[in-house]
Amino acid sequence: MIAATYVVLGAAGLLFCYRALMGPSVSSRMIGIDGAIVTGMSVIIVNAMDTGRGSHLPVTVVLALVSFISTSVVARFIEGRRE
Amino acid sequence: MIGPVLALAGAVLTLLAAIGVVRFPDALTRLHALTKASTLGLTLVAVGAAFVLPTANDVTSALLAAALYVFTLPIAGSMIARATYLSDEANTEIHAVDELADRRRHDATVDYDG
Repeated sequence: MIAATYVVLGAAGLLFCYRALMGPSVSSRMIGIDGAIVTGMSVIIVNAMDTGRGSHLPVTVVLALVSFISTSVVARFIEGRRE
Repeated sequence: MIGPVLALAGAVLTLLAAIGVVRFPDALTRLHALTKASTLGLTLVAVGAAFVLPTANDVTSALLAAALYVFTLPIAGSMIARATYLSDEANTEIHAVDELADRRRHDATVDYDG
């Protein structure tokens, strides 16, 4: 069950990275990066379930905050490019 | 037993969000796929972990991360959507009804900064 969860999350991470690399606009790239971050958070939580040790679970809290701040900054950046 | 099942369900939802992000045609529809599915996906993974993890310290970390994500993602999503619309990256062939067009034309004639 845990192994299947890893495989599914890995596939999702690859698809998000594809969108982050190939996205035609900055918004699409940022959406891909957001998805990759949430996939990474899920992988960290699933790894904590797997091993029973939650020593790096605080990393997920930091990732949630960094994801929000980076998205806000990029959104302001795109908005400022209006002609 | 219920913890891994919830985690797998959350992972499948995240995969569905990823498929939507790859296959949808423009930024606003991709945002629609990402925000809804990945919010519930991460919440399910965190709740599943809360059933399994041994100490209360770990459980609070996982649930706090999920709660922060749930609270911040709608704000980030609407900021990205607003920036996409204002920078003319929204595909007008897909979003045929533009309810903000009049207001935008009005805004273009008013100089708020001056």
